[in-house]
Amino acid sequence: MRFVMIPTLLGQMFKRPHTNKFPAKYAPGNTTKFLQNVGEGKAKLIPPVETPPNFRGKIAYDKDKCIGCKLCIKVCPTDAIIFKPEEKKVKFLMARCCFCSQCNDVCPVNCISMSDEFLLADTDKYSKDLIVEE
Amino acid sequence: MSKQLSKTTYQIPIGPIHPALKEPVQFEFTIDGERIVDVDVSLGHVHRTIEWTGMQRNPVQILYLAERICGICSYCHPMAFALATERVAGIEVPLRAQYLRVIHAELERICSHVLWAGVAAHEIGFDSVLFLTWQVREKALDLTEYLTGNRVTKAITMIGGVRRDITPDMHPTITEGLEFLKGSFKKLKKAFLDDKTVKLRSQGCGILTKEDALKLCAVGPTTRASGVKKDVRLDQPYFAFGDLDFDYVTPDVLTGEVNGDVYDRIIVRLLEVKQSIELIEQCIADMPEGDIVAEPKIAKLLATLKKVEGEGVGRMEAPRGEVIHYTKYTGQEHPYSWKVRAPTYNNILPWIPMLLGEQIADIPIVAASTDPCMSCTNRVTVIQKKHKQTLTGEDLHRYSIEKTRRLMQL
Repeated sequence: MRFVMIPTLLGQMFKRPHTNKFPAKYAPGNTTKFLQNVGEGKAKLIPPVETPPNFRGKIAYDKDKCIGCKLCIKVCPTDAIIFKPEEKKVKFLMARCCFCSQCNDVCPVNCISMSDEFLLADTDKYSKDLIVEE
Repeated sequence: MSKQLSKTTYQIPIGPIHPALKEPVQFEFTIDGERIVDVDVSLGHVHRTIEWTGMQRNPVQILYLAERICGICSYCHPMAFALATERVAGIEVPLRAQYLRVIHAELERICSHVLWAGVAAHEIGFDSVLFLTWQVREKALDLTEYLTGNRVTKAITMIGGVRRDITPDMHPTITEGLEFLKGSFKKLKKAFLDDKTVKLRSQGCGILTKEDALKLCAVGPTTRASGVKKDVRLDQPYFAFGDLDFDYVTPDVLTGEVNGDVYDRIIVRLLEVKQSIELIEQCIADMPEGDIVAEPKIAKLLATLKKVEGEGVGRMEAPRGEVIHYTKYTGQEHPYSWKVRAPTYNNILPWIPMLLGEQIADIPIVAASTDPCMSCTNRVTVIQKKHKQTLTGEDLHRYSIEKTRRLMQL
């Protein structure tokens, strides 16, 4: 056949697009305001595509379990973990994290785990949402 | 017109930054009318000091740095480094991990080749095929995400094995994904090999002869499309490739002849997609039970690697060709030396015989046909107090000897 793509292209005209229109059908002009409206129940949010099992998202830290052994600091490739000497605990800077989950693997007391949260965009890299301390 | 005018040649510089280029590389073309008479390629616009950065880190941290050398070969680079390190430290990788490593390597090959097919279609202006390949690649990426936890930076490599196992309850999803890929492979094959548009632009264009391919040390699909049987997976089997049943992919398998043109490179890459799907199926069927990593305790692994002395080379067949990692340990926490040779490095010189005599409009598809990756290739940049400095062949040779001596001293 000379032009084999034509049947595929014609068939495509009658199919629905695969794109998941997150967060809304039309991109909001002001995202912060849009999220506020969602919070107040004025607007509806189209949910994102579900994360797969064992997804590596934002780090979750169980501070009480942590023994301050610093092994996670030793294996962290991006220097995202900072030791707090006065309390012998650590804090995670998510703006630096490369989501490799190596700290989670190395932790001897399993106080680090990876959550499903992935919406971490922020204008300030040291904002409260991007620092995990407890 | 006078004879004088027709003989005039023009210089056309393209790059380092140009809308037609996806990554910075500079071409200097000498053009006679529409024909290319001479080509000069200059590199070194995206040096990122990856090797030096790696030399300040411990081997486990380097794995994630190596992953970021290239977004598309984000499995080959850490794995080649792991192979080199395992050779130095004498770590035996469990058999199950060897099979798992093959599965991830072949899945990456599928993603890379399908992506390349889309880019090639885009370069000749066939954008509907680009979207078809993107649809296929999306499924392959979903499968990657399911197996490793992420789409691009997989973080699956560990020195002495892999980090995630494939359990029997994952098999249905994998089989479903592979069935989809098989079905779409047929579609892709039809779109690329039977369509008139692709044939018009790729047949007899950008020819690399077998002699040139051998002389210029081309690697991967570029050299196999010229009829050279070169594949690290078969020449020096690593992982579980020695146990698997497959053969060199050259264009004569399908068409019975070798031309070494862009069309042949399309054939080789498409057939390799099919081969990779079959290899994954073989692996899933034959995979033995057992451990997935030689030393599960990372702290213990790091302590072992700290005492290691010696040098090792890791070779792997990346989607674009042979990737080589060299590393040397001197009983310290960080490696003393780390050297990366990405496959594109070998595939740059073959551009010159390919481009000579072609038309200006063929430059994008011919250049793209080797699947170049500039950021992976850049290893050296010379900047000295704003003075422009050109290194001659003798200078480079002298530097090279000095470096070898420096490494030998330890």
